[in-house]
Amino acid sequence: MRRFLEPALFLFCSLPLAWLAARAFGVAGLGLGANPVDELMDRLGEWGLRLLLATLCVTPLAAMLRKPWLMGVRRMLGLFAFTYLALHFLNWLVLDQWFDVTAIAADIAKRPYITVGFTAFVLLVPLAVTSTAGWMRRLGRRWHALHRLVYPAAILGCIHFWWQVKADWREPAVYAAALLLLLAWRVRRARQRSARPSLARAAG
Amino acid sequence: MKRPNIPTPAPSEITPRERYLNRREVMAGLAGAGLSGWALDALASERLKFTKNARLSLAEVQNSHEEITTYNNFYEFGTDKGDPARLGGKFRPKPWSVTIAGEAEVKGTFTLEDILKPHPLEERVYRLRCVEAWSMVIPWVGFPLGELLKRFRPTSRAKYVAFKTVLRPEEMPGQRFPVLDWPYVEGLRMDEAMHPLTILAVGLYGEALPNQNGAPLRLVVPWKYGFKSIKSIVEIRLTEKPPPTSWNLSAPHEYGFYANVNPAVDHPRWSQAKERKIGAGLFNPRVPTLPFNGYAEQVAGLYRGMDLRKNF
Repeated sequence: MRRFLEPALFLFCSLPLAWLAARAFGVAGLGLGANPVDELMDRLGEWGLRLLLATLCVTPLAAMLRKPWLMGVRRMLGLFAFTYLALHFLNWLVLDQWFDVTAIAADIAKRPYITVGFTAFVLLVPLAVTSTAGWMRRLGRRWHALHRLVYPAAILGCIHFWWQVKADWREPAVYAAALLLLLAWRVRRARQRSARPSLARAAG
Repeated sequence: MKRPNIPTPAPSEITPRERYLNRREVMAGLAGAGLSGWALDALASERLKFTKNARLSLAEVQNSHEEITTYNNFYEFGTDKGDPARLGGKFRPKPWSVTIAGEAEVKGTFTLEDILKPHPLEERVYRLRCVEAWSMVIPWVGFPLGELLKRFRPTSRAKYVAFKTVLRPEEMPGQRFPVLDWPYVEGLRMDEAMHPLTILAVGLYGEALPNQNGAPLRLVVPWKYGFKSIKSIVEIRLTEKPPPTSWNLSAPHEYGFYANVNPAVDHPRWSQAKERKIGAGLFNPRVPTLPFNGYAEQVAGLYRGMDLRKNF
């Protein structure tokens, strides 16, 4: 189980990207439909957010199942989430805006959903950079503090999704509800730990 | 999602979707208890008789039948732009009737055939600009709404025209959840409704409208955002007061009554200055949006003296 989980997850996380690439390059008559730029944007953003939430599921799952080795897949999931979100951002910058710097700056400043989406992405960059063993060692306890940025990033990511739907909030509501559950679990754990200070150092 | 995207063939080479759907209907009918009435109808109505109105048509490259019929908004079938094509199959646009009501001398409920009978059909190639900042060029087949309204003799109190879409949650899965306050309603000022560019469309690419594009009867107002062009109309009511409109009810600060295409007035959440033309592939920079969607010369006069920022 332990041996197969990581390769299996790697394969699973690569599939949506491979599928999008096949559609983008027209492999076997596949395509991205009438509006390929928006299709890429939506699918990349959707998988980025899903994988970000999946990353946040690792700690609760490891704790509830009492399988600390599960923590080993957290970095991979997080880096996959970052990959999809970076491509989502690049798709916006290049194919959607064609490096139109004035329009991009105006959008980031004026459009709240872009402001929060862009902020969420910026928050994730240092997390991706410091995800290596070397950086973990160098930062020590500060590494954990830094990586708490994943929480505001996930919150802003969910808001980014919610604020761009025109009327149908059902899908963003599912993501927001999942995030709320994951955050609630962490709040409860923090309370329990402060009630029993001797356990406060347990794994993270 | 798994739509084939073979290099775009010329429109003339494409087998229109409803044609092969009709073939299936016919075969299903033959295989069952003989030819069904609906299948015969479908056969009979395949091709519409119409003339081309070159004067009021764009000379631009038209979007393919596939693009127009697989990528559009019709929330009655679902909120994804593939949903109307995917989930529109159960909808039955025949038989159909339309109620004419309100401030008119002639009123009542009429069959679609009676509604259409006196009107010669013409093809108009119009730009369509969605409020979501994408656009298409579409060959509609229809006739001027003004010609229809005249037949019912609006009274002097008729200042607005209100439209209503059919309410059939059993055939329109999107209506089973209150994304909008169903049924969909729209409205025009009388002078907008009487403008020669405003048409009621019954066809697309020379054939009857597919379900997903608003069969059997829809409005097309080319200088306004697409959501004004209400689909599958069952009621036309002449009114003295401005009628309620669905998107305005849903988000009044985002969607006004007029909804004229205007690059200078942004949607509160996104810019309307540019649009993406559907059909040019992945490497397709946005192009500037034109005031009144390029129809300013014909329609700007309707709004003379009005503050278009306030009346968005």
